[in-house]
Amino acid sequence: MEIHVIHYLIISTVMMFCGIYGFFTRRNLLALLISVELMLNATNINFAVFNRYLFPDQLEGHFFSLFGIAIAAAETAVAIAIIINVYRNVKQVLTDDITDLKG
Amino acid sequence: MSISLQEIAFYVVGACIALCSILAVTTGRILRAATYLLFVLFGTGAIYGILGYTFLGAVQLMVYAGGIVVLYVFSILLTRSDKDMKYRQNRAKLISVLATVIVGAVLVLFLTLSNGFVLNTIPQGVELPMETVGHALIGTDKYEFILPFEVVSVLLLACMVGALLIARKEKNN
Amino acid sequence: MDYTILILALPALSFLVLALAGMKMSHRVAGMLGTLSLGIVAVLSYMTAFSYFTAERTSEGVYPTLEPWNFEWLPFTSSLHIDMGILLDPISVMMLVVISTVSLMVHIYSFGYMKGEVGFQRYYAFLSLFTFSMLGLVVATNIFQMYVFWELVGVSSYLLIGFYYTKPEAIAASKKAFIVTRFADLGFLIGILIYGYYMNTFTFTPTEEQLMHAGMVLPWALGLMFVGGAGKSAMFPLHIWLPDAMEGPTPVSALIHAATMVVAGVYLVARMFPLFIGFAPNALHMVAYVGAFTAFYAAAVACAQSDIKRVLAFSTISQIGFMMVALGVCTAADPHEGGLGYMAGMFHLFTHAMFKALLFLGAGCIIHAVHSNEMETMGGLRKYMPITHITFLIACLAIAGIPPFSGFFSKDEILTACFQFSPVIGWVMTIIAGMTAFYMFRLYYGIFWGKENKELHEHHTPHESPLSMTFPLMFLALITLVAGFIPFGHYVSSNGHAYDIHLDWSVAGTSIVVAVIAIALATWMYAREKQPVAEMLAKRFSTLHRAAYRRFYMDEIWMFVTKRIIFRCISTPLAWFDRHVVDQFMNFMAWSTNAAGESAQPIQNGRIQSYTQWFLGGIVVLTIILLIF
Repeated sequence: MEIHVIHYLIISTVMMFCGIYGFFTRRNLLALLISVELMLNATNINFAVFNRYLFPDQLEGHFFSLFGIAIAAAETAVAIAIIINVYRNVKQVLTDDITDLKG
Repeated sequence: MSISLQEIAFYVVGACIALCSILAVTTGRILRAATYLLFVLFGTGAIYGILGYTFLGAVQLMVYAGGIVVLYVFSILLTRSDKDMKYRQNRAKLISVLATVIVGAVLVLFLTLSNGFVLNTIPQGVELPMETVGHALIGTDKYEFILPFEVVSVLLLACMVGALLIARKEKNN
Repeated sequence: MDYTILILALPALSFLVLALAGMKMSHRVAGMLGTLSLGIVAVLSYMTAFSYFTAERTSEGVYPTLEPWNFEWLPFTSSLHIDMGILLDPISVMMLVVISTVSLMVHIYSFGYMKGEVGFQRYYAFLSLFTFSMLGLVVATNIFQMYVFWELVGVSSYLLIGFYYTKPEAIAASKKAFIVTRFADLGFLIGILIYGYYMNTFTFTPTEEQLMHAGMVLPWALGLMFVGGAGKSAMFPLHIWLPDAMEGPTPVSALIHAATMVVAGVYLVARMFPLFIGFAPNALHMVAYVGAFTAFYAAAVACAQSDIKRVLAFSTISQIGFMMVALGVCTAADPHEGGLGYMAGMFHLFTHAMFKALLFLGAGCIIHAVHSNEMETMGGLRKYMPITHITFLIACLAIAGIPPFSGFFSKDEILTACFQFSPVIGWVMTIIAGMTAFYMFRLYYGIFWGKENKELHEHHTPHESPLSMTFPLMFLALITLVAGFIPFGHYVSSNGHAYDIHLDWSVAGTSIVVAVIAIALATWMYAREKQPVAEMLAKRFSTLHRAAYRRFYMDEIWMFVTKRIIFRCISTPLAWFDRHVVDQFMNFMAWSTNAAGESAQPIQNGRIQSYTQWFLGGIVVLTIILLIF
């Protein structure tokens, strides 16, 4: 009936580093964004877990996760809008091809 | 030592999350990656549920799985991607990325394991009542969150308008 | 006397206006502006002189030294401060008159001479700058103000010599003048610093206590100051810049390189005269010997030159030598007891400024008429240019020392002072005076008589200059005629008391006889169409003639010293060191910075993914470090 806190943390760590790996290796912007979502989720899990673990009577971590989800949604919406706009202009969504703003 | 149903559920979900995370960042097809992400998000929602934060789990399912992933799928279909995302990777770069990631992961795990809460466990199964969440969300006292709630609502509005503006097709005269 | 500030302010103002807005003006407006401001300055100077010399003398029988303006500019200690102000005493008032008169004449003359030249406005702007600096120099209240204006004068001289900046000779001449005088000014500056350091003051009249403090270094300070004066006044061996400075426009030569700037050195010695006579009489006598040698050397060279402006330049050097000798032979402050030379030198400065300006302006008219400086293109010009001829003759007679022209009186005083000092110097100077008469009349006959270059003159008939050019000639000729009768000793003398000029007829008679003989010789040799004597002499003493024509190879000696010795033994190794050690070190620094940047550049590839990868790697490394330690 009891699960070690460490197990939660291991799961979130795996998620986090999968996100990081994807962020480093992917070249498609949408795939990059997917990796970012993985990282965000990993942190959200940590917030919730630590809230439950340290202060079960309070709700700070819980709400932090909640707002994190809201903000992730906003971020995704804007990022996808930008990606679509970029795609419309350069017909490509690969990081290597988007160099117009590079100094 | 008996294994409870909840424990079994947790480990199954955990394994599912880990596997799907890895697949989401290694698969060659972007649409599959989005699908694996969806599974990861489901799993995350389940974890919230196991922790007793059922409301948070529900929000996770609605916003992420229901909203964001659909958005991903739409945008993937709107943009032309190569079916196979196996781009030629520089071997040295790949090695360095892997080294960084693995060393980083090991480091974090080491810190977690050596931190002292190894033996501690989390009280399970106590569901956070919806009433408490509702009161805390729109209360004005200490540890109550009406202000961030309103701010997030403004932020969401702003980002909706911004997203529309950015993605809007410019009229060509 | 508060209005005296205007004497300085007006030329400065007109310089600013002409320099900043001159290009927007027409030639006429720009010239009128400069001339008008100079006219007001001249009137103010005459007013100052009149009211100063008609004012009451003090109880000691001298004219008071006034300071209508004095502004403490840079205070160092309570007694050591650099001021800017106006000092009026007999010699500065006299110089005000000389400068403003000659400058005004040159301004008027330039209307005709520079007509239609490119850069007419610039020319007038520089003239105003020069006049401002020169006036500031003579009214300086302290040695440092004098130095500041001294350098300003040098700059404006540089600018005006190089006025025709498209001509390589003019550029070379302006650089030469600048560098040589700057070299000499180094001595002046060191002298000033020694003076200031030991005396703790920059004023011309230190107190007894300060003088005691200076002690033995005062002669050194004064001697070094004289080096600066020698550079500016073209004393041997620093004279080499002055003949080349004739590359500038002729009115400029008249103003700067004949009448005013080159006598700044004489003025400096006169200004420091009380200190020279009281504490460094030997330094003063050195001045006399340098002056005498310069006078002789320049006179000898002048006898062989063919460029009329060069002849006048060497005659200027020679005459400044006379003034230096006059100051140098003084043995006491009392004009009756050996201080006559001071008055004589100042008097000669005054008269020489007038007739030498006249000579240069006349030469300008001639050059304007025949478009050449060379004597062989002239000859027989008297029938074409009567006014120029007569005024030039007056000036020649004045410089030769024929009564009643002004030069006679001042030169006679100098010779008298020389004979009082030592008969040797007296006779030497008398002979040089004879040489002066000889080469001046050689010049005169070469231009106006002698063999006419008919071919050239038929092709382009010489003509008399317009009134704007002849008026200054006539005005200056008038001054030359009457200036000798000014009771100069009443106004300026070594101790300030009135001194009656009385002619010593034994000296005067001798000098007149020598001058007349020299003129007669020149007439015999050069006045006729054919000049067999002159040619025969030139052939007989061809080595000497060529040496004199090449100015006794002084320029070559200087070139040898600078190029062969200084350049080769000092500058070249220094340049090598600079180029190969200092510069290379700097280059290495620049190169290594560049190389470091180049090698770090690939990291900055503009890919956010690799940046974040570095970022994460950094965090990992830092965490490991924190864990280990």
